[in-house]
Amino acid sequence: MTFTKKIIIISGHYGSGKTNIAVNLAKKLVTEGKKVALVDLDIVNPYFRAADNRAELEALGIRCILPQFANTNVDVPTLPPQIHSVFVSDETVIFDVGGDKDGAVALGVYRNAINKAGYDMIAVVNMYRPLTATPEDTLENLREIEDNCSLSFTGFINNSNLGEETTAADVEASLSYAKAIEKMTSLPLIATSYVESLHVTLDTLAMPIRDITKKIY
Amino acid sequence: MAKVLMKGNEAIAEAAIRSGCRHYFGYPITPQTEIAEYMAKRMPKVGGLCLQAESEIAAINMVLGASAAGVRVMTSSSSPGISLKSEGISYMVGSDLPALILNVQRGGPGLGGIQPAQSDYYQATKANGHGDLHLIVLAPSSIQEAADFTTLAFELGDKYRIPVMMLADGALGQMMEPVEFKEVNGDALPEKPWATTGTEGKRKKNIINSLFIKPDELEDSINARFERYAEIEKNEVRAEEYMTEDADIVIVSYGITSRICKTAISMARKEGIKVGMVRPITLWPYPNEALAKAAKTAKEFLVVELNKGQMTGDVKLAIECSRPVSFYGRTGGMMPTPEEILDEIRKIGGRI
Repeated sequence: MTFTKKIIIISGHYGSGKTNIAVNLAKKLVTEGKKVALVDLDIVNPYFRAADNRAELEALGIRCILPQFANTNVDVPTLPPQIHSVFVSDETVIFDVGGDKDGAVALGVYRNAINKAGYDMIAVVNMYRPLTATPEDTLENLREIEDNCSLSFTGFINNSNLGEETTAADVEASLSYAKAIEKMTSLPLIATSYVESLHVTLDTLAMPIRDITKKIY
Repeated sequence: MAKVLMKGNEAIAEAAIRSGCRHYFGYPITPQTEIAEYMAKRMPKVGGLCLQAESEIAAINMVLGASAAGVRVMTSSSSPGISLKSEGISYMVGSDLPALILNVQRGGPGLGGIQPAQSDYYQATKANGHGDLHLIVLAPSSIQEAADFTTLAFELGDKYRIPVMMLADGALGQMMEPVEFKEVNGDALPEKPWATTGTEGKRKKNIINSLFIKPDELEDSINARFERYAEIEKNEVRAEEYMTEDADIVIVSYGITSRICKTAISMARKEGIKVGMVRPITLWPYPNEALAKAAKTAKEFLVVELNKGQMTGDVKLAIECSRPVSFYGRTGGMMPTPEEILDEIRKIGGRI
């Protein structure tokens, strides 16, 4: 799994695990020696978001561009002006885009600059989310996102999981779902991701990740 | 069916549809807007109606109308929006109409904040509207319970002809957990011979109303309702007793906060402090007996909530002030960590 483009957009249905993938990917790229910026472009989700991991990411030298009011009581979706700086920097930039098609509208604001810089747009999919439980429903969700941001997906990550109850068998059972999406969309499956503590048997394209979701209890 | 991964808000909406609810009336407010979003997507596919009203007040009155027509119906909101619905809720009680009213609590008073809170305990259990009234109040602590209690709320509502409030909070609404939906036959709903479904000239007309011209008739209707309340208090009290058998300290906590308490309890037990918890599941009717039983062996009680101690009085009443009751809570959308609660447990452990 190598990324050569300057802009890497992580999108997909809400709850598919986009933020988990985005934060893990940012950390991976930093260890490969890249200069990395992470843009939290989630204008929908009020609670669980990349901003929860700010301290850890900044300690690694990752520049975090977060909405001014993330995790506060201000219920106003804002796009921080610093976003524009990523298009003139020498950083590899990860966009964590929240909120389905509505969140994609925010991404679309930057489509000209993104097109100019060159991008990969990765869909994160999870067959255990009921509204994307079938390849057909997943495809509908992805097409809505594309329509609303005027950018096209270039690949997808199968992040099928049941939260803390996920077993290796759950992950392995999602492979046929991923293959069906690959066939239906012609998008390449970039990886199947799972929490690193699971002993998952995959032939190729395995992406063990660390669960970075904020724990309440 | 197999487990799926859902947000609390989504799971409640899905469980409502599976329970035969085909009418949803609401108005957006964080942190519960996913309910309306999910309903807008799913209701047309099951022949139902999701309608965004012009206000919370309009929505609750649409709920009143739909319930009067005999269908399963729900609305949802968050704290300030529930305040707006209070008048309609009282009218529904006065008209003996069932419905699910969901409060995904956020901080108050006033506009407050959008982060989780439990500061509507008084409102839900004591004052959701004017008049002599009670709602059944269910407090889930997991996404699975949120789904199960949605079905339960419709069943209890229909059985006793009473609005049922589910008191959740922003954390439960937004967080994701695996959930399995129980098989419910949403098509086989109970008969409602009182509903205004049209007489077709075959029966006496039904009237749904909360206005009584004659004082004695109003009193009779209130007395009849309180007989049903007595039945509810007898039959529908629910609570979880967690490690209370040998507990010197008993925590009383509900909803998301009880999950944090469970972690704190296992930390304290490792230090040799005998602590347990009574978790009220029905906040009305209140689990007085479970608390009275715990008071026979416990030395102190600790109430933990996301407010300034609203439930403390109910605990003192349930145990007839026979033991000291202290309180720990956070407000403003702040959540206590298990360590903070452990510190409180240690303080009590040091003095008993």
